[in-house]
Amino acid sequence: MSNIVGIEYNRVTNTTSNDFPGYSKEGDNEWDVEKFKNTFDVQIESLTEREANFDLIHIDTSIANAFRRIMISEVPSLAPEHVYFLNNTSVIQDEVLAHRIGLVPLKVDPDMLTWVDSTLPEEERFTDENTIVLTLNVTCTRNPDAPKDCTDPKILYRNSSVYAHDLKFEPQGRQAELFAKCPVVPADPDILLAKLRPGQEISLRAHCILGVGGDHAKFSPVATASYRLLPHINITKPITGESAKKFQKCFSPGVIDIDESTGEAVVKDARRDTVSREVLRHEEFADSVKLGRVRDHFIFNVESTGAMTPEEIFFKSVRILKNKAEYLKNCPITQ
Amino acid sequence: MAAKKVQKQTHLKKDETFEELLKPVYKGKKLTDEISTAEDKWNLLPAFLKVKGLVKQHLDSFNYFVDVDLRKIIKANQLILSDVDPEFYLKYVDIRVGQRSNGSKDYLTPPHECRLRDMTYSAPIYVDIEYTRGRNIIMHKDVEIGRMPVMLRSNKCILHESDEAMMAKLNECPLDPGGYFIVNGTEKVILVQEQLSKNRIIVEADEKKAIVQASVTSSTHERKSKTYVVTKNEKIYLKHNSIAEDIPIVVVLKACGIVSDLEVMQLVCGNDSSYQDIFAINLEEAAKLNLYTQQQALEYIGSKVKTVRRQKLSVLQEGIEAIATTVIAHLTVEALDFREKALYIAIMTRRVVMAIYNPKMVDDRDYVGNKRLELAGQLISLLFEDLFKKFNSDFKASIDKVLKKPNRAMEYDALLSINVHSNNITSGLNRAISTGNWSLKRFKMERAGVTHVLSRLSYISALGMMTRISSQFEKSRKVSGPRALQPSQFGMLCTADTPEGEACGLVKNLALMTHITTDDEEEPIKKLCYLLGVEDISLLDSASLHLNYGVHLNGTLIGTTKYPTKFITHFRNLRRSSKVSAFISIYANSHQKAVHIATDGGRICRPLIIVSDGQSRVKADHLKKLLDGELVFDDFLKLGLVEYLDVNEENDSFIALYEKDIDQNITHMEIEPFTVLGAVAGLIPYPHHNQSPRNTYQCAMGKQAIGAIAYNQFKRIDTLLYLMIYPQQPMVKTKTIELIDYDKLPAGQNATVAVMSYSGYDIEDALVLNKSSIDRGFGRCETRRKNTTVLKRYPNHTQDIIGGMRVDENGEPIWQHKCLGPDGLGEVGMKLDSGQIYINKSIPTNSGDGVLTNTQSQYKETPVIYRAPEPSHIDQVMMSVSDNDQALIKVLLRQNRRPELGDKFSSRHGQKGVCGIIVKQEDMPFNDQGICPDIIMNPHGFPSRMTVGKMIELISGKAGVLNGTLEYGTCFGGSKLEDMTKILVDNGFNYSGKDMLYSGITGECLQAYIFFGPIYYQKLKHMVLDKMHARARGPRAVLTRQPTEGRSRDGGLRLGEMERDCVIAYGASQLLLERLMISSDAFEVDVCNKCGLMGYSGWCTTCRSAENINKMTIPYAAKLLFQELLSMNIAPRLRLEDIFQQ
Repeated sequence: MSNIVGIEYNRVTNTTSNDFPGYSKEGDNEWDVEKFKNTFDVQIESLTEREANFDLIHIDTSIANAFRRIMISEVPSLAPEHVYFLNNTSVIQDEVLAHRIGLVPLKVDPDMLTWVDSTLPEEERFTDENTIVLTLNVTCTRNPDAPKDCTDPKILYRNSSVYAHDLKFEPQGRQAELFAKCPVVPADPDILLAKLRPGQEISLRAHCILGVGGDHAKFSPVATASYRLLPHINITKPITGESAKKFQKCFSPGVIDIDESTGEAVVKDARRDTVSREVLRHEEFADSVKLGRVRDHFIFNVESTGAMTPEEIFFKSVRILKNKAEYLKNCPITQ
Repeated sequence: MAAKKVQKQTHLKKDETFEELLKPVYKGKKLTDEISTAEDKWNLLPAFLKVKGLVKQHLDSFNYFVDVDLRKIIKANQLILSDVDPEFYLKYVDIRVGQRSNGSKDYLTPPHECRLRDMTYSAPIYVDIEYTRGRNIIMHKDVEIGRMPVMLRSNKCILHESDEAMMAKLNECPLDPGGYFIVNGTEKVILVQEQLSKNRIIVEADEKKAIVQASVTSSTHERKSKTYVVTKNEKIYLKHNSIAEDIPIVVVLKACGIVSDLEVMQLVCGNDSSYQDIFAINLEEAAKLNLYTQQQALEYIGSKVKTVRRQKLSVLQEGIEAIATTVIAHLTVEALDFREKALYIAIMTRRVVMAIYNPKMVDDRDYVGNKRLELAGQLISLLFEDLFKKFNSDFKASIDKVLKKPNRAMEYDALLSINVHSNNITSGLNRAISTGNWSLKRFKMERAGVTHVLSRLSYISALGMMTRISSQFEKSRKVSGPRALQPSQFGMLCTADTPEGEACGLVKNLALMTHITTDDEEEPIKKLCYLLGVEDISLLDSASLHLNYGVHLNGTLIGTTKYPTKFITHFRNLRRSSKVSAFISIYANSHQKAVHIATDGGRICRPLIIVSDGQSRVKADHLKKLLDGELVFDDFLKLGLVEYLDVNEENDSFIALYEKDIDQNITHMEIEPFTVLGAVAGLIPYPHHNQSPRNTYQCAMGKQAIGAIAYNQFKRIDTLLYLMIYPQQPMVKTKTIELIDYDKLPAGQNATVAVMSYSGYDIEDALVLNKSSIDRGFGRCETRRKNTTVLKRYPNHTQDIIGGMRVDENGEPIWQHKCLGPDGLGEVGMKLDSGQIYINKSIPTNSGDGVLTNTQSQYKETPVIYRAPEPSHIDQVMMSVSDNDQALIKVLLRQNRRPELGDKFSSRHGQKGVCGIIVKQEDMPFNDQGICPDIIMNPHGFPSRMTVGKMIELISGKAGVLNGTLEYGTCFGGSKLEDMTKILVDNGFNYSGKDMLYSGITGECLQAYIFFGPIYYQKLKHMVLDKMHARARGPRAVLTRQPTEGRSRDGGLRLGEMERDCVIAYGASQLLLERLMISSDAFEVDVCNKCGLMGYSGWCTTCRSAENINKMTIPYAAKLLFQELLSMNIAPRLRLEDIFQQ
């Protein structure tokens, strides 16, 4: 069977893989590590501090999806969990401000901390090993140097806006030396947390602990991690001339090229296509093109919130999956 | 001249809304852009709203009342004379509200302070009086006779014409429409009341009973009465409540001085022989009664009059009195000249005759042109006049009492006794507005539910309330007529916004461009008519009455004209050149051969562009000037480009919808078609694509949506307030949304919606929510609940006190007092758990004692305890002194809520649903970009509801997101679907809005393409947290000892009759026994087996023995029933037997 998912006008066909034992008479399709080793491929498209784009080729959907799911919900990261208000005379309510602070991504390696034991009583729960303390102390004042006719609150007042970078790391115990090189800072310093006016003050402490995205979205290390299947365009009948140009326009720019000598439309880079299925609307192309996607070619896109690099997140997801398999292997039920 | 100057100044005045107009880009249009009348005429609408505002009807009405009507009332009741001292008089010269005679304005407590301190926002009423003291005449200015509640933003309000900075200073929201009152701290709206028009003839026919009747409700300042001209046995009679018997119509006319039968015939039928045939029989009737002269007729009528008079009048005088004052009371009779009245009755009779001849000549009660809307000003005016009369009569009684004493030491100054009663007017007005009971002795009017508390659930609900019209019609009556949508409602009343259920169609809402008229002077119009060639009715002989068109002014015939069209044209030209008020309507009724002119208040009208010679009078350069700020809406009126038409005149016009429809016959053009909808229905995107009931449902639900309420929402302390944490303006807006500033105070969020089936927890309209979206703040809201405590003072000089907090042995406060501060009040910011105390109040135990028994005060603790399933935070604590000098403590408790299972959401298309399951993000389907939906909606919601508008909203919203623009879904306009799909395709999406999605669970592609994009979702106020209830044990009612009922009393869940039937059918009788008795109100009684009655302690009091006593268990309610029966002399006897015979 082909490994192309069929993209038709009003449905998607052949979505499920069938390369497993017992599916068909020909070939037993048994899982073979060697075969997998030979065929499996990783291609890195782009890699930056915040975003990674890479392909996993010839891998089962379930595995690829497991990586995606784990990256979203099971790779641990650090986030403010408990916010203790000392004073808040601003208009924003304590709960709302706490919620906003909670969602601020922090630049800190989660491996530097241990998990909080929630069975302990609250006084003993937080230690310098498992908790990062951030403080926020802002008071808004009038700016005496502001020009008289000014109406911009940013010039009129000092600290009229509270940003994520106003959250200050307060090292506890051994943290001062441990985090000397990489002090805890918000990954994006310009997130607006609150707005103040003269006389208003916010003073609080936030305890940041380890957690996973499944518990709360703030613990997710990725903005999102997802994949798409590689588009596949099969031109079954030559398309030439004016209709070739029209055909080209039905796809994203750079997908279809027109051969200059023959005037024939050829697929240049199917990967760039967004699969808008625009071409299927035009009846003249009905039997000259077949759209599809390669079922075992996953184009991953991992977007980090800033605590870790995206490749680290991916590797962690692999490790977590491995540990899970390991656990399952040793699980009494399987034996 | 002076008036003109003032006008100019207001033009030049800086104005925020206009500033916005002057910006280089206004509503997506640059000033340099070419202006086409077809597309830009809608700019007249914001200009109209800028001048008129959204609640202008209320403000106009109130302003008219305080500026004009009050003076009229004073004038009508200006003299107070004494029965005792003929020398004495007191005369009211002038009356003002909130302003002294030297023009200085009084300081009013700002409205927000009134709200917080439970006070009434009111201004003093000053009168200037002139009265005698002994032989001197004394003038006295600025005598305060009471306080008048002030309508917010009326011209007596301190917010009048104040700019945004000023409003902010007063803690007031600049977007708040005003138009309501603040009485004892609560915001009260006087709803617009719909009534049948007064002083107009309405002809109705009952085909079954073959009755035709013409009726007229006469309404004057003094009285209200209804006069009928009815048919009975094919003869015509006059019927009136104060006349015991129906009077033959000819007799009435004779009594009015039309003695000749010929003249009667001329007046009623003219020279139309078919009418004469129908009417002739009535002449016989008078002849049979032997009534030939006016005196005979008057005596006949006089003998039939019901009288409740002290002095006996002669029969003739009774007759004269009846004709002069009670019949058709709104026509005044001077010098016993009844001709005017005779003509009126003749015309009523003629209408009846016409209706007999042609049954189609009847009027429609439900026709909007026959309706008048009564507004706050008119209602308060009625109330005030009543109170003022009472005030005067009280005053008169009190001066009479003093003046009666024969020899006074000093000359009596009447001013001294005027202040004594000054509280009557104030409290009367306050009471009426705060209870909504309008009881007027004069009209024997007893109306309840006139006022309502302004609903502050959302900005829209408050706005919707201001445009609401309630009908006087009974809700229980099962007639469809008044509830049906009237074609004449078009453009005047919103076609979509009406509640469902019993009030359906009876409660209506004003459309966006509606204006309600106020009274105008009649006399100048009358004179004008004569100048325009109308022949005066008093100079007309009876024979020629019906030859020409009659000219009616407010329903009364004032003359005839031979050239009605010419007359109407001339009149309209005068109105268009602002020589007469813009709100006076004139139209011809060719069936009745009549021209009607209306100047009365309460008519519904709307502005339209005038079309002449097949061309719109509004040209491109006018619109350019409008955009440049050179012209305002009123200038368009003055220039004769736009005019107001009321329903009747609209019916006489030929109105084009668009410029392309104009031809030679067209007289007017619509300003903008979407103004058929009101403010609330205006929120719906693409409503013209929806099935109509869906729009109606949304109108009801938009008022329940949680969002932002006002800019001052955090300063308000309301009983209950729902606020959304992160409200967003909709991706797909409408022009109405911008006009009513819904984009500034929105109630909802743009959710990414996937229309697909998921998990099975989405059946029956349930929604699937994305957990991560909720984590990130989707649908979060806040409730703020007020708790008021008053520290009372008692007559024996004791008073309630607030204690401090109690501490345990370590010096820590006890758990219950953890949230208290040292002052015994909850500290702001503290979290309150159920059972904790936030006001530690104590009341004296001996408050009933006298002052003299001065024992040391003992106090009993009566703390205010927080009881709720979820904890709250203390948001604000306010201490103040209310009007009556008692300390007032208001504590505002805040609760932050994230969406949970069972919370209700709705889109803007009447598609509500509850959250059925909350799914983790990784389980959610995702598209190529990695976007996963916030909400999954089941596609079964679409086919039967046909809310195509919702689908188009999704596509437009998606296109807007991709394009970085806000799209429009304005009714009969908005972004075109074609353009939107083009944007989708250009951005690499499918034109249909359907995307290929991957399952989040398996990771595979879904086999169908999924309709995927943003839809504006509202969170509705119904939340599980406020409704959840269960109990195992709990309180019982005292009387029956059965569990209490209802959530608020921690009641039990009833196993009702139908459930009981199920249990019986199933055969589980022991379960029944347990549910209905053992777990409820089991009670052990001693039953005497001899007499069958109940005894006690093993003793039968009836038989005086303990011999046959058996103990048994019965429900306490049964025992109670037996005892109640006994008390009624019925003896229920129990006969006990063994089930199993030994």
